[in-house]
Amino acid sequence: MNAREQLLLELADDELILGWRNSEWTGIAPFLEEDVAFSSIAQNEIGHARALYDLVGAALGTDADALAFDRSPTEYRCAPLVQLRLVPDWARTIARHVLYETADAIRIERLKGHEDAELAGVAAKIEREELYHRLHAEMWLERLAGEERYAAAAEELWPFALGVLAPELRPVLAERVGRPEVEAVERSEPGEEFAALWEEMTMVRRSAPVGAQW
Amino acid sequence: MIWEVFRQERKGQPFTHGGSFHAPDKAFADAYAREFYARRQESVALWVVPRDAIHAIEEFPDEFDLKYRRVDGYSIKARLKEARERAGTAAT
Repeated sequence: MNAREQLLLELADDELILGWRNSEWTGIAPFLEEDVAFSSIAQNEIGHARALYDLVGAALGTDADALAFDRSPTEYRCAPLVQLRLVPDWARTIARHVLYETADAIRIERLKGHEDAELAGVAAKIEREELYHRLHAEMWLERLAGEERYAAAAEELWPFALGVLAPELRPVLAERVGRPEVEAVERSEPGEEFAALWEEMTMVRRSAPVGAQW
Repeated sequence: MIWEVFRQERKGQPFTHGGSFHAPDKAFADAYAREFYARRQESVALWVVPRDAIHAIEEFPDEFDLKYRRVDGYSIKARLKEARERAGTAAT
């Protein structure tokens, strides 16, 4: 796997797992309207993962479903930030949402200028949808910014947020968020919390006979 | 706070009432309206209005039963048929 595929896989895994974690709010969000909106954002993230897996899949001679569901839990490259199970803590969920969208915007902006036209095109498409995710995150930020619980959550998750980006992009994130650069929680082999998510996420796929058509 | 949504399916068509939802302010209303009424490109434009801003009129008194002011009291079917026959343009 080359650097481009590695980068795409990290990005795709981030989007898939965050989409999955956000979808855990479906049916239990603080109020009905937010339930629908947040579930819809979760679906968008999974759609972005699909587009990115398609790109990697074409390069690796496999497909999006195989990349999303057929790897072992330790092969996933998602950042620790997206792996955290935050239900039923809405303050931490919104803190992650705000931090992730801010970090994601920085790397997507970079990818839009990538020399690989196909990758740059996918990045541009993703950016158009992420704009609405950011607006959604910002309106919640405005609402919760003065709350103690939110402040504590943002403080706690900040080192995780830095770990989403490559080291050279971290100063940009620190500047946008207005926080000092601290030691980041780096990507590493996923742990227990992720294994439980993986069990559930791949359950149906694993239960079906190999080569099943859906 | 309740917001009413009017949506336009295609350019040039009238806006029709789509439904309503709760949102604490205009920013949330904007986000939710997009998610609920335009996510699948089912609308080309939306009007999102606080319900309080709508002046509703529901009472239309007709104390003296002035039916003759309305057209629905007259059945013109028979008379139209007669007239057509006279004019020789009756539908066959």
